Amino acid sequence: MEFDPSPIWLTLKLAVVSVAILLALGTPLAWWLARTRSPLKVPVEAVVALPLVLPPTVLGFYLLVLLGPLGPIGRFWVDITGTTITFSFGGIVLATVLHSLPFVVQPLQVAFEAVGRAPLEAAATLRARPFDRFLTIACGLSSRGFITAAVLGFAHALGEFGVVLMVGGSIPGETKVLSIAIYEHVEAMELDTAHALAGGLLAFSFVVLLVVYALNRRFRVRTTQEDSAS
Amino acid sequence: MIRLNVSAHLAFRDFTLDAALDAEIDGVLALFGPSGSGKTTLLRVIAGLERAATGHVRFDGETWQDSAARSFVPPHRRGIGYVFQDARLFAHLSVNSNLLYGHRRTPASERRIVPDEVIRVLQLSPLLERRVEALSGGEKQRVALGRALLSCPRILLLDEPLTALDIARKDEVLPFIERVIDEFRLPAIYVSHAIDEVVRLARQIAFVSAGRIVACGPLEEITSRLDLRDYTSRLDAGAVIPVTVIGHDQANQLTRLGFPDGQLLAPHIDLPLGTAVRVLVRSRDVALSRVPPGQTSILNVLEGKVVAIDEPDGPQAHVLLDIGVPLWARIMKISVRELGLAPGVTAYALIKAVAVDRRSVGRPTSMDATPRP
Repeated sequence: MEFDPSPIWLTLKLAVVSVAILLALGTPLAWWLARTRSPLKVPVEAVVALPLVLPPTVLGFYLLVLLGPLGPIGRFWVDITGTTITFSFGGIVLATVLHSLPFVVQPLQVAFEAVGRAPLEAAATLRARPFDRFLTIACGLSSRGFITAAVLGFAHALGEFGVVLMVGGSIPGETKVLSIAIYEHVEAMELDTAHALAGGLLAFSFVVLLVVYALNRRFRVRTTQEDSAS
Repeated sequence: MIRLNVSAHLAFRDFTLDAALDAEIDGVLALFGPSGSGKTTLLRVIAGLERAATGHVRFDGETWQDSAARSFVPPHRRGIGYVFQDARLFAHLSVNSNLLYGHRRTPASERRIVPDEVIRVLQLSPLLERRVEALSGGEKQRVALGRALLSCPRILLLDEPLTALDIARKDEVLPFIERVIDEFRLPAIYVSHAIDEVVRLARQIAFVSAGRIVACGPLEEITSRLDLRDYTSRLDAGAVIPVTVIGHDQANQLTRLGFPDGQLLAPHIDLPLGTAVRVLVRSRDVALSRVPPGQTSILNVLEGKVVAIDEPDGPQAHVLLDIGVPLWARIMKISVRELGLAPGVTAYALIKAVAVDRRSVGRPTSMDATPRP
């Protein structure tokens, strides 16, 4: 069988798009969780953490029910776009985002909590408006949390299997990601191709983590100092 | 002169602030009181960091906070400069970026204070490229002071900026605070529980005790009030005496300080003749005698009359003496009886010269109408 590289590109695309969406959604959510005294905080934290304990097939099953053309969200989607959200790239992005949410929100929440109120108060006395304080002080001091969140989110999206299979099936070039391709190659006894993909994924993941941890070392001194100060 | 009028109420689990302060701030106003008395909380209310406080804050004709009218000006629009006890420099920014953080956010038309000047006065140029965590505690406070100044505030709020430092570091930072107040002519509120810092920097003092302001006025007047003895004695205070440098005795390394009706000898103080300073003479450093002592190692013997004697619980009494200026002596009650001390009686105050040291000498601020050193 001919080697098909499309799962590699699809997987990278899925991971990049998901991480971008995860950071955009996860940052305000983590900020709210880190600062709020609302009674809603605990239930929201529990919901965000659910994907950590649920089998991916359970999450995938309910997403399929909700997003399928007969489900409440899926029907609405068909009405406005004319296409189904399940078995499409958009569908697996949505599934991946939900499944990876705790991996992004939790490190950010921890980082924001470590910043504390003290530096933000100092910025307020230096004429910085609230959103300015959030960007330049809270996010600046949480740079390590952002790196951790992005790496964990990216790594998790890279290895996505169960949820994507449930929601997206295995459509070549659309939803057939690397881990599904490897599974199918093994099933078809094409072990050489499986090796090539699996080995490539292994090497790539290792290099990414190596780079990140090397970068992180440069931040460590600074960040631990900040932790002890706050 | 800038008028500050505050009436603030704020309840915590174990502490309630219930302070009313109305002062014309000219130079430095010290908020002075023991730890836990609410000084910092009051300063935070003035800064706008305690939004939940009820009451009002009015500054120079503006209302910053008024719970009855539901108005609240947030801290970033009050034009304050705040120096925190723990410096609170931004760990992810360089010293230079920390310094300029507030300056960059100051409208160009309000940038009265420029970086070069602040860097010169606070001697910050060797620190500019350093990382924040590589600074010593004293250097951090100098940077924090510069950062607050560069936001071109209308008033400087200093929250025990020396408390976290050891004595050697304090002596490194205190002269810079003096210079800043001197050179930039900013009104300031200085929170402290250390009387020597207050004497060096402040002209006015507000006593804070258990969440309330118990007295507010010029330093010399407040420290000589009998009814405030309960607060001042607990804080190891004494009398603050305005004096002028009238002579140096180079051979013996002494400086002669004159006040109406008398003079004090102190270890050499490096200030020109004619300089007006304030000295703090702690009540525990003053002994009393009914007769002029003969041969004694004590250099300062000042004749005066007993004005009042306060005898609180415990073995000690506080004697207020008039030696031309008010002077406090803390002596044993048994001595009061044995010497027959009573209001109107003549007595001699004995003060060791070493008790009048440089650390307890307040420099004049630029607003004093006296020649500058």
